[in-house]
Amino acid sequence: MKKWGKILILTFSLGMSALFAACEVPAEKDSSADKDRDYRTLDEIKESKVINIGVFSDKNPFGYVDENGKYQGYDVYFARRIGEDLDVEVNFVSTEAANRIEYLQTGKVDVILANFTVTEERAQEVDFALPYMQVALGVVSPDASVVKSLDDWKKGDEMIVISGTTAETYLIKNYPQISLQKYDSYATAKNALENGNGAAWANDNTEVIAFALQNEGYTVGIPTLGSQDSIAPAVSQGNKELLEWLNDEIKVLEEEGFFHEGYKETLADTYGMEFEDSLMVD
Amino acid sequence: MPDLGISVLFKGKNLPRLLGGLWAALRISLISVVISFPLGILLGALMTLKNPFVKAAMRIYLEFIRIMPQMVLLFLFYFGTTRAFGWDLTGETASVIVFVLWGTAEMSDLVRGCLISFPAHQYETSEALGLGKAQLYRYIIIPQAVRRLIPLSVNLVTRMIKTTSLILMIGVVEILKVAQQIIEANRTASPNAAFGVYLAVFFLYFIACWPISMLAQYLERKWG
Repeated sequence: MKKWGKILILTFSLGMSALFAACEVPAEKDSSADKDRDYRTLDEIKESKVINIGVFSDKNPFGYVDENGKYQGYDVYFARRIGEDLDVEVNFVSTEAANRIEYLQTGKVDVILANFTVTEERAQEVDFALPYMQVALGVVSPDASVVKSLDDWKKGDEMIVISGTTAETYLIKNYPQISLQKYDSYATAKNALENGNGAAWANDNTEVIAFALQNEGYTVGIPTLGSQDSIAPAVSQGNKELLEWLNDEIKVLEEEGFFHEGYKETLADTYGMEFEDSLMVD
Repeated sequence: MPDLGISVLFKGKNLPRLLGGLWAALRISLISVVISFPLGILLGALMTLKNPFVKAAMRIYLEFIRIMPQMVLLFLFYFGTTRAFGWDLTGETASVIVFVLWGTAEMSDLVRGCLISFPAHQYETSEALGLGKAQLYRYIIIPQAVRRLIPLSVNLVTRMIKTTSLILMIGVVEILKVAQQIIEANRTASPNAAFGVYLAVFFLYFIACWPISMLAQYLERKWG
């Protein structure tokens, strides 16, 4: 019996390694042989008359599906325009935050337009086009005592943050003198601010701006804090033609004021018009 | 009375969309059941053979599918096959493949367990009575096996239906994804929509799985 057990384990691990080897080999070939590429070129997309664009289907107001089953939002607005200018149909693919890179690497979508933040790690796996939006941190506080700067922070005042967010790490690193009040979730942090437990609340600026707009009596005193992160479309690594086309398109659309139009159409309801400059790329 | 978000279900085409999502989930599980059950029965019968190679091969297959989380299998077949072989499977096809592999493995193990559960004296007695191999299975083993298997396999069907909630990760828009879409689309208009929508999802899963469970109970009582 023992002998069989050993043989079993051996065969199993051999089988597994064979399987992984099978997955690995073609991936290596890709870089050298062009015909093994995973993506579709610009001409292939035009020829097929369909472009596959990965968007969120549950991130209002960037990409979501309305009650009639139609894709809507800022990313979708941009995606439709891409389809129009390429003279192709847009096939929206519902992606999750966790599988966006995988979709590009396997060429199952041509472009990801899912509120994709540009980071160094991601740039090693996919190619980012020019940014069409930017996000940073923001601070919201009650109207009675609006916090406009963090430099003259009163001792004894506490800042509300959600544990594990970029706001927390940023404040610990750059403003160690500010004592933090940490909460586990959006809902508890919101309650804490409403109960006056802290002087202000630091979070992603899209979140605090939306919060101040929906809840009376609060003002975003600091709409941008810390480093600006860019949101950009991404294509499969090496898909130069499509990337260049997208970059040219973004430049043209920028000049034409398309993104401001898009902001007005899709984001103004959530963020109001006054913060357009904080969220748009100049 | 607080707004429980039931009203968003009746906005636009939300309810038909949710039902469509349920159908997507049911379609994939039913196709998988239809394919995997006969395969599972065949493999389960093979597993009772004394041949060590057949046994080892079956064991490896079974353990592999069981140890791997279904999510990993879904990624392997949806993205992995594109990377390795350049196949462009749709999310639905990949789901059906994974569910067939999984269902076959589970079903074959149920069948194997069922077949070896018969005491040896049944085989010996029928031999003593002069029944041939075919007659033994036809009159003694299979009728009993079917009785024992039906409740177990019906249970497997409901498990498969529930596991379809994972396929949203490979881009298949099924009931849970539609629910999330509805909740998010109404984030500002009705922030409590999550409760009502998930309640509706609960009822829809229930309506789909309950008759199947009832059938299992009925058959268990009838043949038990």
